[in-house]
Amino acid sequence: MKAENYIKLEFPARAVNEGFARAAVAAFVSQLDPTLTELGDLKTAVSEAVTNAVVHAYPDSLGVIQLRARILPGGELELVIKDKGVGIGDVERARTPLYTTGGEERSGMGFTIMEGFTDKLRVRSAPGRGTTVTMRRRLTGRG
Amino acid sequence: MQTYPFYSSGCLTVRFVGELDHAAAAGAMRAVTAAAEEFLPRRCVLDLSGLSFMDSSGVAVILRAKRMLSATGAELMVSSPPEQARRVLELAGLSELLIDTERKEVNSR
Repeated sequence: MKAENYIKLEFPARAVNEGFARAAVAAFVSQLDPTLTELGDLKTAVSEAVTNAVVHAYPDSLGVIQLRARILPGGELELVIKDKGVGIGDVERARTPLYTTGGEERSGMGFTIMEGFTDKLRVRSAPGRGTTVTMRRRLTGRG
Repeated sequence: MQTYPFYSSGCLTVRFVGELDHAAAAGAMRAVTAAAEEFLPRRCVLDLSGLSFMDSSGVAVILRAKRMLSATGAELMVSSPPEQARRVLELAGLSELLIDTERKEVNSR
């Protein structure tokens, strides 16, 4: 599907960039005139995906996270968050609410929130090769 | 993110201001832990009214604080989340921690 507009960003997997990724997506999506609820949902979904990559993808090095946002015809937003890190062995299990390998500092609710705040969530991962999270959300906007 | 603890007659209130995400979570937890150790409250309220953003890292902070406080018999409640944080709390199944006035608002939706 041909995108009507898009952005591509790349940044190191540092926690300080979580806020940057949220703000970048919020600024990009503002052209669709989203409601405050839609904006909050998208920022939350992006934050969860980027945080997952920051926390889990690169345990022994400082890797790179790629973020792509596309506006598709009909006012649908697609978000792709990609890393080339360790990958997820069992995606199904990782998506289970409350499941985490991150210890007590993590709630295990990341994928649950991504799923709840978007219309579609796809997680592709291969151990040793990285993880790609794709989310889509149709925006009704304020118009 | 900033934290502002306030203690009065057995109740510790910690007000969070700013963005409570993964980058801020450890500092927020340290602040709640330090205040709880100082005041040994019977009740603790996390006031979320000043949060411009919260994600599942905030959920983890709330759950950890709840576990820590329950070890000394203290209860933990959450108050006044802005809409974005409220939606995260609801999705994470933590609506029951919202203090009464907030819970009524949630149920009326």
